[in-house]
Amino acid sequence: MTIWWFILWSVLKVAVVTVVMLLGVAYTVLLERKLVGRIQNRWGPNRVGPFGLLQPLVDGAKSFLKEDIIPTGVYRPLYLLAPVLALGCSLILIGVVPFGDPNVELHDFAKLYGSRIASLVPHGLYMFQISDVNVGLLVILGVTSIGVYGIALAGWSSNNKYSLLGALRSSAQLVSYELALGLSLVGVVLRAGSLNLNDIVNQQGTNGILSWNLFGGMQFVAFFIYLMAAYAETNRSPFDLPEAESELTGGYHTEYSSMKFAMFFMAEYGNMINVGCVATLLFLGGWTNPFGNLFGTSHNIFVQAIMPLCWFVLKVFSFLCLYVWVRGTLPRFRYDQLMNFGWRWLMPLAIVNIVATSLWLAYR
Amino acid sequence: MHLILFIVFAGLCLAGAINLLLQSHPMMSALSLIVVMISLAVIYLLLGAEFLAAAQVIVYAGAILVLFAFVVMLLNAGREERTLGSRVAQNVGFPAVTAILAVIATVILHSHGLGVARLSDGITSIDELGAVLFTKLLLPFEVTSVLILIAILGAVALASHSGSKTEERTGEE
Repeated sequence: MTIWWFILWSVLKVAVVTVVMLLGVAYTVLLERKLVGRIQNRWGPNRVGPFGLLQPLVDGAKSFLKEDIIPTGVYRPLYLLAPVLALGCSLILIGVVPFGDPNVELHDFAKLYGSRIASLVPHGLYMFQISDVNVGLLVILGVTSIGVYGIALAGWSSNNKYSLLGALRSSAQLVSYELALGLSLVGVVLRAGSLNLNDIVNQQGTNGILSWNLFGGMQFVAFFIYLMAAYAETNRSPFDLPEAESELTGGYHTEYSSMKFAMFFMAEYGNMINVGCVATLLFLGGWTNPFGNLFGTSHNIFVQAIMPLCWFVLKVFSFLCLYVWVRGTLPRFRYDQLMNFGWRWLMPLAIVNIVATSLWLAYR
Repeated sequence: MHLILFIVFAGLCLAGAINLLLQSHPMMSALSLIVVMISLAVIYLLLGAEFLAAAQVIVYAGAILVLFAFVVMLLNAGREERTLGSRVAQNVGFPAVTAILAVIATVILHSHGLGVARLSDGITSIDELGAVLFTKLLLPFEVTSVLILIAILGAVALASHSGSKTEERTGEE
């Protein structure tokens, strides 16, 4: 009986989180178009629905209805696999992210409806995390590193020189920046002493904003490196060389049309959200209250459950706005600048940060 | 459950390895190798080695094989013609491989504790792993790093050598 509860609960959680994630992806696109529009002194999409709020749905319907063209020269199995791989890797990551207080379980709510219902619901049905993995941070890094195959295979199987160039740039860029990305996270892991995302968040939750890794943990250098590497990892401006329109027409997705193109598009925005979630968990205190216990805690169980979720969403939202702001402000890097910056600046800086953090932790 | 997963992923691993040898296109071989690496990671996970599984995915599937794919794409390598190898390889190589495999299999089957992996009950924490790595296994760890350092130095020496040669040649022209 209990095992069925767990299976049903997991399926339900996965379904709800996937739908929310896909909606988040759709509305991140709208957020970007709106914000970039304001940065460039125009309105952005405002025709469909109030303030253009229905635009993502219409765009989705449009991609579905467009003709799906598969060019004759492509290598079909990989050409079809690539968008699935890209989107799958970007959607799977949310599975290890604690997006609310992970100790809240269904049993707490069942108790409100009397002891008879409470006795039906077993303990351990946690609400705000799909799976609590002991090496959660490594899972995130691993899935991100698999995600590059989506882009690389798309470019290679398209049998097109622009696509191939885009794929080559993307794999070189990802391998170079993944190193800096991984090294920048070591400082955080050193402070928490664990790779478990919940441990990392709990360690930052004691004094609100003062104990965040970004401020109290003195990890601002690591945050800067993470930010730069994350822009490069998600192929976003100013590091969007794999799809530089002016040089490569569209890069790796030149030969894709209709929903297959939309899948790459969704994967990119999904990755933006993932990067925002990871930055929130590792540097911005995760779901914890930035004011600490300054205003006391509410005794209402619903408020207790919802507030961490709101803080988490707010932090991720701010991160996404930062992303769009950078995209609207900075021009694209040149390829040699990209490589120089990654290997000559970010990598040594990340190693210095690790040494400094270790010394600080050892002698404080 | 463990047994079913083990059989599935061991089979996938072997299928990937055989496919790696049979494919004539280098890209397909690289992709089969990814399947092998990820199946191995799942098998490590089944043995309770979470950290090793994650490291396997990040290092092998995520970094080294991306480089493989990168090189294949960069050189734009096409299909290779299938040859059966020289007569010597056929007449001596296959029996030799069979003999070596037989010897290894006999040793594993006859000795106790070798080739038997225990399913771990708990999870090895990263603290314990680090402690073992920097105390008991310090020497092998350091020797391996020196080995990798030598390989890097060798690659740099080879690359810089051929680079200076082409420079000279362009200078002469």
